[in-house]
Amino acid sequence: MTEIDLTILFAGVVAGAAPIVMAALGETLTEKAGLINLSLDGSILLSAMAGFAAAYTTGSLVFGFMAGAMAGAMVAAVVGIFSIHLNRSQVAVGFVLTLMARDLAYFLGNPYARLHGPQVPSLPIPLLKEIPFFGPVFFNQSLPVYFSLLLIGFCWWYIYRTPAGLRLRAVGEHPKAAYARGIDPRRTQMLYTLAGGLLVGLAGATFSLSVKPGWGRPQGAEGTGWIALALVIFGGWDPIRAAAGAYLFAFLQVMGIYLQGWFPSVPAQVFQVAPFPLMIFTLLFMNLAQKERVVIWSEGRPWFRSMLKWLWGKAPTALGKPYAPE
Amino acid sequence: MEIALQNITKDYGSVRANDHVTMRVVPGSIHGLLGENGAGKSTLMKILSGYTPKTDGEIRIDRGIVEYESPAHAAGLGIGMLYQDPLDFPLLSVLENFKLGQSSSDMTALRIRLTDLCRRFGFTLDPDAPLASLTIGERQQLEILRLLEKGIRTLILDEPTTGISGTQKAALFSALKQLADEGRSVILVSHKLEDVEALCDRVTVLRGGKGAGEMDSPFDPDQLMTLMFGTRPKPPPRSAEAPGGPVLNFTSIHARGGRTGLKSCSVLIRENEVVGLAGLEGSGQGVFLRTAAGLIPPLSGEIHLKGQPMKRQNHHGFKRKGVNFLPSGRLEEGLIPGLTLAEHSALQNGGGFWVRWPGAIADAARRITNFRIKGEPNLSVESLSGGNQQRLLLSFLSENPTLLLLENPTRGLDVESANWVWEHLHRFCAKGAAIVFASSELDEILAQADRVMVFFNGAVIKDVRTQETDLRELGLAIAGRA
Ligand SMILES: Nc1ncnc2c1ncn2[C@@H]1O[C@H](COP(=O)(O)OP(=O)(O)O)[C@@H](O)[C@H]1O
Ligand SMILES: [Mg+2]
Repeated sequence: MTEIDLTILFAGVVAGAAPIVMAALGETLTEKAGLINLSLDGSILLSAMAGFAAAYTTGSLVFGFMAGAMAGAMVAAVVGIFSIHLNRSQVAVGFVLTLMARDLAYFLGNPYARLHGPQVPSLPIPLLKEIPFFGPVFFNQSLPVYFSLLLIGFCWWYIYRTPAGLRLRAVGEHPKAAYARGIDPRRTQMLYTLAGGLLVGLAGATFSLSVKPGWGRPQGAEGTGWIALALVIFGGWDPIRAAAGAYLFAFLQVMGIYLQGWFPSVPAQVFQVAPFPLMIFTLLFMNLAQKERVVIWSEGRPWFRSMLKWLWGKAPTALGKPYAPE
Repeated sequence: MEIALQNITKDYGSVRANDHVTMRVVPGSIHGLLGENGAGKSTLMKILSGYTPKTDGEIRIDRGIVEYESPAHAAGLGIGMLYQDPLDFPLLSVLENFKLGQSSSDMTALRIRLTDLCRRFGFTLDPDAPLASLTIGERQQLEILRLLEKGIRTLILDEPTTGISGTQKAALFSALKQLADEGRSVILVSHKLEDVEALCDRVTVLRGGKGAGEMDSPFDPDQLMTLMFGTRPKPPPRSAEAPGGPVLNFTSIHARGGRTGLKSCSVLIRENEVVGLAGLEGSGQGVFLRTAAGLIPPLSGEIHLKGQPMKRQNHHGFKRKGVNFLPSGRLEEGLIPGLTLAEHSALQNGGGFWVRWPGAIADAARRITNFRIKGEPNLSVESLSGGNQQRLLLSFLSENPTLLLLENPTRGLDVESANWVWEHLHRFCAKGAAIVFASSELDEILAQADRVMVFFNGAVIKDVRTQETDLRELGLAIAGRA
């Protein structure tokens, strides 16, 4: 049995989760405004491709990340224009875009496949990296990882502590009421769809320039978009809990690799796939927390109650329902 | 501030919700806007608050003509409104609700302002509580305070007394009086005479979208009733057969649903009986019908159909016992938009592995002739007129129903279609069925029913035979004065 070095394990989790955190937070922002951007999975691939191609061509990582962000925002803009302004189904548009963006990424990215391109260097933070355990886990990382960590706190602060965040939540809750108070629901939704897309794009570029460097088919980021979408629900539309979910998912993935080493007789696929049903199970559990009967049953069972309370999360009331002005 | 609405007209497609309405509100007064359901009160006030654009007419504030772009614009001019369907944010906190739309973003200052305002009006609101934990009355209080903080000088309240407790009503009224004493104007929209009598200096009555008249306090209730409902001749009583055995028996039924739910309802309905359900829309009639149809499971109480307990039975169980339900949303709940008449026939006859189209088309054609529907078997149902949709629905009722539950069976129908529908329904009755129907037309209830139950706030507050009552008495009961 191989020894686990906890420091290495957790440093790996924090680094691997970085793009998932960005995507989940981006989607949280978008959904807080009441819109579902279902195109995440394709969007991430397209921006991973765009990011890698731009960085490879220009030799500049900054251009790479910018290209990735632009690609993500552009896909989001299509979802936004179709669903907010042309009144098309968010789900249908998002789903079609997922497939289209993915195929477009593979097609356009063909010339860049299996090339050796620039890669984000690690950037240890002096002094802080000396702290035992926490130093190597959090402060011996690269810029995108620091960004993902800061983003969690920033999103929470922005959504729950700033006037703009309050307006964002208001639109997702009750667009008509927001309109009555002088907020333009459509503009707000468009704004946060774009902002969300931007973060999803950065997530894609983080994959191709840092976490799974390079471009290819498969790139390795496939499926992450769906997980990020599930994490938003898992997180109860709360940025901190969505991020916690991302770390849990990354942890399960890393553990899968270790477990595979310990139990060679169990097929490898079991450990690769296990994180997915585990996530679904959690979602089911969260749903339970909202059933009246379960809540009544949990009275007098404190441990169960506090668990339900932690899991309780409510979707923005107007999520997925298009806003139509009078 | 003085507000004058002149010749306001509003069309929703072909529906004229307001027809050249004129109304003037004197500064510092409490002005009532009275009218039955659908009279156009909410529409008029949404126009004044900037929420809905008007089709035609003029709004003058202090003699100057104003044009609105949005509610925020109207609020800037000093007009604020509490909407009938509250426009607030249940998942946000009290303080956050208070802040939204306010120009200041200083939370600490706003918290102090809110506490001060609460003290001034004797309200107790916890700034950090989630709005969802508040009662309707408390949410109203918060909205009022929020609008005051915004600096509004005219406050519109649309049906504020629906769904709040007696004490909250008292608190609300005293706050409104206080506002008027401070020189602000209040417009109180209500269908309840008692509210208007208790509070208003002057009242404008709407009927069918038009201004029916104005009165100053003290009001004569009889005159107000006449303005609200008009003077309509009492229809001749219908000769009915004697009621037979019990069909539907409710024993202290409580159910959830709609705005009010259904509270402690005990009713016995017998064979051959036609029972009309009166009341403002959403006072519990819909929940009553859906509970009797097995669509809403009651929270407590017992339902017996023909003497048999119906515990744990769903809609299909009720259907097997001969219960038929026709909801008022013909295209939402009754028919399936996009399917043709023949496809509806095929669905109805069901069974088998494939649809027998010739049979379905023949069946649809038979219904078209028997029920005098203007349409073709392969026409989709939404292309039919309202009257023809209703005839089609009637054609799908079972041959020998025990209980017919109908929601606004003649809404939107012309007189001829409505008469035809009733003729048809009374034929079921002669065969021993019981009919229960909800209608917002008191005339229709008096003309067609043997017995009328008036719903108010989720409870039956009046249950009489139609011969023993009249329009005025029912109108008062609808307004909560049984
Ligand atoms: N948004 C809308 N679209 C179409 N018709 C409407 C709309 N709002 C109201 N109406 C119609 O306008 C009429 C007046 O409604 P409303 O102003 O709500 O009456 P009240 O408030 O007096 O009950 C009704 O016939 C109603 O069906
Ligand atoms: Mg109204």
